[in-house]
Amino acid sequence: MLLIHCPYCEEQRSELEFRAVGDAHIARPENIAAISDAEFEEYFFLRDNPKGLIFERWRHISGCGRFFNAARDTVSDRFLKTYKAGEPKPSLPIAAMTDETVVETYEATEGRAE
Amino acid sequence: MADLATRTLPLRGFHGGSATVRLTPAAPASRLSLRAKPDAVGALATALQLSLPTRPKTSATSGTRHALWLGPDEWLVIDETETDLVGIAASAGVLQSATDISHRNTAILVEGQGASAAINAGCPQDLSLKAFPVGACSRTVFGKAEVVLYRTGETAFRVECWRSFAPYVSGLLAAGAQDAGH
Repeated sequence: MLLIHCPYCEEQRSELEFRAVGDAHIARPENIAAISDAEFEEYFFLRDNPKGLIFERWRHISGCGRFFNAARDTVSDRFLKTYKAGEPKPSLPIAAMTDETVVETYEATEGRAE
Repeated sequence: MADLATRTLPLRGFHGGSATVRLTPAAPASRLSLRAKPDAVGALATALQLSLPTRPKTSATSGTRHALWLGPDEWLVIDETETDLVGIAASAGVLQSATDISHRNTAILVEGQGASAAINAGCPQDLSLKAFPVGACSRTVFGKAEVVLYRTGETAFRVECWRSFAPYVSGLLAAGAQDAGH
C-alpha cells in the first residue's frame, strides 16, 4: 500500500483515501471558442504518458476532499513530492529520480520488443 | 391513515461486540455539514458558541456540541441534542454553506480496549494515541464505506457513517470486534 503525503492534512495517508485525477498544470486556453479542432484535441485529449517524472492531480477524496498536485515517478510509482493546488511546479533534484533503480520490466528481462 | 410518520432508526436493534469491544448505536443527533471561508469562521464560531478548529484532524467541544475539522474550509458539527443547527448558523449572517445532514448520517459508538483494533479491521489510519489522540477526527475509509472517525476517549470512538451504509459498517465493525476479542 502506498502512503501519500496530503499537503492539506499535513501527514501521510493510505492510498485508499485518494483518487488520481489526471495530469496537472494543463492550462485551459484563454479563448476556448476561438481555437481550432486540432488545438482543442491537443488541450483536451492528448497526454504524454512519460516514463519517469510526471506531474499529476490527485484528490484526497475520502479525507479532506482537496485537490492537490504530485510529482510521481511512473517507473517506481514513488511519490517524489506533493504540493497544494495553485503552487508552481517544484524543481526536483535529479537525484530524486530513480532512473538507476532496477525495476523488473519486460525490456530488462527479455530485451526490447522489436 | 397515520397522522405522523414514525421515525425508524437505521440501526434499531443492532448489537455487537466482543470481550474487548462494545458497539452501540448512537442516539439521534443534529448534524451540520458546514463550509465557510476563513473570514466567516469567527462569526460562525460565535453563533454556534463553539470554536471551529483550523488545524487538520482536530476538533472542538462545548457541552453537547462538537465541531470536527474535515477539510480546510469544511466542518462536521454534531449536537447530541435535537437542535436547529442550520438556524443557528444562519443567524451568524455571514456567507456560508450549511446543510442539515442529521438524518443522512448515523453513528456507532465503539468502546473498549479493542476499539482501535476493531476499527483498523477496515480503516488504514494509524489510531495509536500518538498519531490520533483523544479529540482527533478524520474523514477516512472503513472497508468500502466512507466514515468520519472521532476519538472521544483513549478507548472510545464515534464512527459516523451514511445511513445507507449503516448495515455494512456495523456488520464490518462487529466482525472487527470479534477479531479484536482474541
